Amino acid sequence: MMGLDAIHVRAVIRKELLDYRRRRSIVVTMSILPCIFLLNPVLTIFLTSASVASSALDKTVSISLIFFLVIPVIMPSTLAAYSVVGEREQGTLEPLLTTPIRRQEFILGKAAAVMIPTVALSYAVFGLFLAAVRLFANSFVAAALFRQGPILLALLLFTPLLAGWSIMVGMAISVRASEIRVAQQLGILASVPLIGLFVLLAVGVIRPTFLVAILFAAGLLVIDVRAVRVVARMFDRERLVTGAKAARP
Amino acid sequence: MKLPSDPADFDGGYGTPLEPNASRSTARTEAINDSPVLGGATDQDALVVNALTKRFGDRTAFSDVSFQVAYGEVFGFLGPNGAGKTTTVRTLGTLIAATSGAATVAGIPLNAENGADIRKRISIMPESPGLYWRLTVTENLEYFASLYGLRRAGPRIKDALEAVNLLDRADDLCGSLSKGLRQRVALARTLLSDPAILFLDEPTSGLDPVAALEVHHLIDELRRKGVTIFLTTHRLEEAEKLCDRVAILNTTLRIVGRPKDLRAQLFTSALVVKTLAPLHDPDRLFSGIPAVEAWHSDTAGSYQLSVTNPTVAAPEVTRRLVGAGADVLAISEAQHSLEDVYLELIDEDVEAIRR
Repeated sequence: MMGLDAIHVRAVIRKELLDYRRRRSIVVTMSILPCIFLLNPVLTIFLTSASVASSALDKTVSISLIFFLVIPVIMPSTLAAYSVVGEREQGTLEPLLTTPIRRQEFILGKAAAVMIPTVALSYAVFGLFLAAVRLFANSFVAAALFRQGPILLALLLFTPLLAGWSIMVGMAISVRASEIRVAQQLGILASVPLIGLFVLLAVGVIRPTFLVAILFAAGLLVIDVRAVRVVARMFDRERLVTGAKAARP
Repeated sequence: MKLPSDPADFDGGYGTPLEPNASRSTARTEAINDSPVLGGATDQDALVVNALTKRFGDRTAFSDVSFQVAYGEVFGFLGPNGAGKTTTVRTLGTLIAATSGAATVAGIPLNAENGADIRKRISIMPESPGLYWRLTVTENLEYFASLYGLRRAGPRIKDALEAVNLLDRADDLCGSLSKGLRQRVALARTLLSDPAILFLDEPTSGLDPVAALEVHHLIDELRRKGVTIFLTTHRLEEAEKLCDRVAILNTTLRIVGRPKDLRAQLFTSALVVKTLAPLHDPDRLFSGIPAVEAWHSDTAGSYQLSVTNPTVAAPEVTRRLVGAGADVLAISEAQHSLEDVYLELIDEDVEAIRR
């Protein structure tokens, strides 16, 4: 990862964000999914009776919060899967590859450009949810939610880490996929292991202890950092330009 | 029209600007197939290619290709569809790896480690403009200027747009431009980095004659600035007009040289004689003239004479015709175009395949 040129990475990020701004449909589409995943926590919090036992209420609230972890996993998968194969199909990849940009810089720039709106939207949705609960929910239920300090903190911490996982899996698919539709369909698969994990958390098979959270976060961080290198290695200019893998002499 | 700075400003400072179509190298007219590995590469060579081969599995894109291009030269790369031209450009531009052989691009050996360094010194305009349609012309160029590490690129972008006559469309979205204008934006993009070598893959493809002429003027202007241009084109008249030397590729390199030399190499000199009425006894008339080797007639009153030296043959042929009382309409030297050279070589290949 040595020798990365920050100017190149920034240039890719700036261009991508500008492109998203011009394609409002992307931002709208990205916003729909969080709204869907917001439904469960909202319904849970606003429909839960204040007369429920404190321990049961804590459990209900904490499970509903897990839905917020699905948002950063699902939201970036389509964009990440589009990132490389999309440029290829548009015909913009070849001119880009003729510049001095290195593949690591390109991958990092693309990943960061997907990460920024993903994390921003996830935090925005989460913030709005907390504000709505504080203002409009039954005070007993709201108090139960704000008692989940460690879980709330974990949500803040895990959002970028989970998004990183989803983005890198999506990009790994994108650098090898033959066309956009295939990449985007496969990109959804990135979320399968994590959603499986959330289900295990929700049904109580895995207990969300502090140690589990730390181990999971550390594991995700290592995977995310290594994934940048792995995807950069998978980025084969020849395959991307010609569609054929180089035959070695 | 302001263009990338003088050659001395390029990385490494190479070459001297040359007059259009001036000879930039000597002894470069050999048919490469006779001499696959050229020696004599010098510091003045922008490109040195030795026995370069690229295969995709069982399919050979190009094989055993060798040539040199001097700094400041406009080098035309011709060949039929599928001949390997674009693959050669991609290989020299470090987009794909050669299967075997060696090359030096802008003084840097072509290998995976040197890819980024080579790409800093060259610029490639692929056949497809590859612009971001939702970005304006300026935003497209700003992006690429950043990728070339250019800071405060505003003046460069302005110069590049001025060069392709697109300054007034700087704020237009690329998606709103015609195909020709997009091609010009792509050309402007290649000028941003002051490249030592400019690879242009079919730069006038899809352009109307006026726009194509503007591109020709631009290439001429770049030539005067000393920029080395590697021009891939199907337009033979374009190559003849713009290129100091041309190479004809059909998987293997068929020939390299100045258009004039290639014509001399492939075609014998000939005189074309046109008379009002067919000659009574042309065989007797043309025989015995020292410089005339043979003659044939395609149509009545039209004769083509193969000659060793037109300036020696023409006066004597004229005297004989006048002496025979022929009504002479014209005596001229037969002109072979680059197209004739191209067709001659490519037809040979087609015939070889048929056999």
